Amino acid sequence: MDDFYRDYILEHYRNPHHFGHLEAPTVTAEDLNPLCGDRIRMDLLVDRNGTVQDVRFSGKGCAISQASASMLTDSVVGMKLEDVAKLSKDAVLENVGIGISPTRMKCAMLGLRVLKSAAIGSLAAWPDEE
Amino acid sequence: MLRACDPRVSAIRADFPILAQSTSRGKRLVYLDSAATSQKPLAVIEALDTYYREYNANIHRGVYEIAARATEAYENARALVARFVNGAPNELVFTRNATEAINLVAYAWGSANVHAGDAILLTEMEHHSNLVPWQLLAQRAGAMLRFIPVDDAGSLVLDDLDRLLDGCKLLSIAHVGNTLGTIAPLEIIIPRARAAGALVVVDGAQAAPHLPVDVVALDCDFYAFSAHKMLGPTGVGALYGRRAILEAMPPFLSGGDMIRTVEYRHTTFNEPPWKFEAGTGNIAGAIGFGAAIEYLQGTGMAWLREHEKRITRYALERLAPLERLGLKVYGPRDPERTGGVLSFNLADVHAHDVASILDTDGVCIRAGHHCTMPLMERMGWEATARASFYLYNDDDDVDALVASLEKAARIFKL
Repeated sequence: MDDFYRDYILEHYRNPHHFGHLEAPTVTAEDLNPLCGDRIRMDLLVDRNGTVQDVRFSGKGCAISQASASMLTDSVVGMKLEDVAKLSKDAVLENVGIGISPTRMKCAMLGLRVLKSAAIGSLAAWPDEE
Repeated sequence: MLRACDPRVSAIRADFPILAQSTSRGKRLVYLDSAATSQKPLAVIEALDTYYREYNANIHRGVYEIAARATEAYENARALVARFVNGAPNELVFTRNATEAINLVAYAWGSANVHAGDAILLTEMEHHSNLVPWQLLAQRAGAMLRFIPVDDAGSLVLDDLDRLLDGCKLLSIAHVGNTLGTIAPLEIIIPRARAAGALVVVDGAQAAPHLPVDVVALDCDFYAFSAHKMLGPTGVGALYGRRAILEAMPPFLSGGDMIRTVEYRHTTFNEPPWKFEAGTGNIAGAIGFGAAIEYLQGTGMAWLREHEKRITRYALERLAPLERLGLKVYGPRDPERTGGVLSFNLADVHAHDVASILDTDGVCIRAGHHCTMPLMERMGWEATARASFYLYNDDDDVDALVASLEKAARIFKL
């Protein structure tokens, strides 16, 4: 677990990417991990074709939850909503590498859970125009 | 710096099988989370084992030998637990834990005695277990909640106590706070609460394991505590209640064992404490609780308290140099006024990351809100790391904590 705290994780923790809020997000989702109080909100700006144009995340919590969320935001811009909704745990694990203990897996997956619920919520609210 | 090696602590450690284990990384198990739950001595483990192996039977009913033996052991445990806090056996109700004990008072006494417009006084440092039951009672009864404030150092502010007590039906207060370890000045608060006519409930979950407790000297009406934080098994706790109040109070849970006679449309109840013990209880757990009490008495609560003060003082001294790396220790920081609990944060490192790094060194601490979310909000803390001590902790444990915190500081480049 101590191997987990590599430089780029700490870099994302202290200087998270896409941190903040969007002024007019297409969809917003927020969730927390009640066990430890980690909290993450994701704002997405989605165009008419269902492609993510911009993203912001905000929240508080441990390095694992915040860095995982930060790294996810780097990969989400340009993705189709349906692909965001299908993102798997592996997407996070590829970002953060191995070495997360089972007890901290919930921290690592919080950002993914919020992002996916935003995407799924958005897909439901914006039905296919065809 | 006073580094001590008390031969008594080595002997105590030998009584706890889990402390002889290594972690999967081959590290010594450094258990600093006794405020969450304590480890168990062999005497307690064997008491459970012996009950199940040799005289497992239901209590208060069977006429055969092992049933009589089980009943005797269960009631003997009740007497041990009661006397441990200077109560009488018939004033001691077995519950699942301190939380259930508080709920028992909130439902049984609260529902009968707290009415619309009444006030219930708590403090800002209560564990959720001594807050949520009163919120629900207040909602049911139309009563209001008031709070004794906590200052930035984690001490209770008593300036407005008499005003806060005015019109209060009930005061419920933690003897020792679980997040900061603050010992509440009950000797000041309880006489004034009684003078104001309020019922006094004490949440002793963090106090009974660490301080000598005397419910008569405290002059409280109820005192709630849990076995698992004081060397006993999980799933059993106790509620001391003043005899006259227990007699007048309606039952909480109902069913078997708490009755005297049952007709189809009417029931008369058993006497306290059995009136409040519906159904088959945690017989093995109660017997194990008794064994834990015997172990604590054998060690001596006065010695235990001095040991914890000494180790807290040593920890505060050893942690002080880490302040230049951004370590902040919260709470009174005075071993005389705390119950073996140290809450802290290391610069901008989140408490969960601190705990994860310490875990790799076999150091077990708690991280988070410690079931005191309103206190965390009041203090402006997202989370804290918490190390807590007990009779089996020694200076090696403190040294391991400090070394591991230094490592966390290196990893996070502080």
